[in-house]
Amino acid sequence: MSAPAALLQVRGLTAQFNRGDVASQVVKGISFDIGVGESVGFVGESGCGKSVTARALMRLAPEGSSVAWGGTVLFKGQDLLQVNERVMQDIRGRRIAMVFQDPMSSLNPVLTVGAQIEDIVRRHTGASASQARQRSVELLDLVGIRDAARRADDYPHQFSGGMRQRVLIAIAVSCQPDLLIADEPTTALDVTVQAQILRLLMRLRRELGMALMLITHDFGVIAGMVDRVHVMLDGSIVETGSVDALFANPQQAYTQALLAAVPRLDMAERLV
Amino acid sequence: MTESVQQALPLLRVRDLSVTFPARPGKAPVLAVDRVSFDIGHAQTLALVGESGSGKTTTGRAVLQLQASSSGSVQLLGRELGQLPRDELRKMRRHMQFVLQNPYSSLHPRMTVAQTLAEPLRIHRFVPAESVTARVAKLMQLVGLDPTMVRRYPHEFSGGQRQRIVIARALAVNPDFVVCDEPVSALDVRTQAQIVSLLKSLQDQLGVSYLFIAHDLALVRQLAHRVAVMFGGAIVELGSTEQVFGKPSHPYTRALLDAVPVPDPAAQRKKLTETVPELQFHGLVPQTGPCVFGENHAQTGSACWHVVGKEHGVSCRFWPNSLR
Repeated sequence: MSAPAALLQVRGLTAQFNRGDVASQVVKGISFDIGVGESVGFVGESGCGKSVTARALMRLAPEGSSVAWGGTVLFKGQDLLQVNERVMQDIRGRRIAMVFQDPMSSLNPVLTVGAQIEDIVRRHTGASASQARQRSVELLDLVGIRDAARRADDYPHQFSGGMRQRVLIAIAVSCQPDLLIADEPTTALDVTVQAQILRLLMRLRRELGMALMLITHDFGVIAGMVDRVHVMLDGSIVETGSVDALFANPQQAYTQALLAAVPRLDMAERLV
Repeated sequence: MTESVQQALPLLRVRDLSVTFPARPGKAPVLAVDRVSFDIGHAQTLALVGESGSGKTTTGRAVLQLQASSSGSVQLLGRELGQLPRDELRKMRRHMQFVLQNPYSSLHPRMTVAQTLAEPLRIHRFVPAESVTARVAKLMQLVGLDPTMVRRYPHEFSGGQRQRIVIARALAVNPDFVVCDEPVSALDVRTQAQIVSLLKSLQDQLGVSYLFIAHDLALVRQLAHRVAVMFGGAIVELGSTEQVFGKPSHPYTRALLDAVPVPDPAAQRKKLTETVPELQFHGLVPQTGPCVFGENHAQTGSACWHVVGKEHGVSCRFWPNSLR
């Protein structure tokens, strides 16, 4: 299998948080590629730097923090850590889009979901109001929300958690991005809803040809969704491999320990 | 009560427990827990599983009398908790304790670990005042923490260590029964595994029983003796762990088990590409005519509950119309 053409090349990425006089490096010089249409997973425990890595690609700093980025993030030949904010604004949401863990706090509670989709469509494509409206209904339909034309006029609180996550995914794919970053997209959801959202992400990736960067702590989620996996520990990538190889034959002791700790429904190992 | 009668009773006996939340303006009252019945024996774990909003936590709180029930009975050690006067109930709390999900918010940030662990000992006069320090040290050892750390504050501990402290606090007065409400879901997977094996080893050492509320089915399979599956406030299936996982008999239980991601790439990919019918579990038993098991409950007045194996039962409620 030949590697797909590189969409994103990250080299020596660092992220340093400055709080007062204290500086802490949470991403310590990591390098990885994501090919066109490729699906790549990042796993690790809380605090390992996986979410900060994802945010680096969109140059988003966690709220209330000051962060210094280092290294290069080449996206279609442009270094995203160097381009000015105007250029970045055209990339964010259009070429690279993101879905976060908590679908309630990612939506504006006082705007209808239709208005929130129309907003980003108009910002990035220059569509007219009626075109944007039509597009928002199409997108809600695409992500499996029934009766989309009526639901577009509903507010976020009128949707269940799973449906809100579908809305967020609709917003994320609205401009047909080259890369979709999903940061723990199903962690806040029930297991039956999680399965639906994972199926939806798989279908959209296939239909739209997007690359996917999936960040999760859940080995079950990562298993079916990605081609390659990076295991992160303490700001570094400690192991990289195809998803099949990594699960079948983890090389690093840390990866082995993580996999061994995952309780499995399909194996009758019992403590009682 | 004679010794032999006490032996025959389960530690905890819950019968037709219901909790109704009052109506909001223009809305109907919410039946959050709907005629739930189960027993828990000595040194046994009953897991309560189901999606968010299915009534798991409310059931746990109602059992502990932290939430008023609208009807039904909860008996712990043969005593009817709902009818106890306040001070009597307070004394009974020595026998029933609570471990909450989030160890960051369930410890007082301005109390040292020693103060946190000593509080229940003092309230219940569990040990003489001069023995409190020794008991606190013993509790720390019991949950695998260094007793020299008792002067520290919660923020000086990791999430897993904090959950150990919460567990130590719950076990301080040697309870018979602990409700664990999602005790590990806020923790990383390696820490989860450690806390789960701690809970199990404490059960073996102390003979404590757990009502283990969880949404992680793989975890439940490791730890529980019996499993109750909740949907829409009701228990739709109840049986031994082997029965519920090996021979799930309610379509909701099957849907729940099917949805669990498997950490096996080939199997999980196959799962995600299969099309699954989207089942609608809403809807009650028809008021007239037979249920899915062919019984007309409106006529017989019997409970919507059907025995499918030894101590394995399933409800005829919440079956999708397509499977009727």
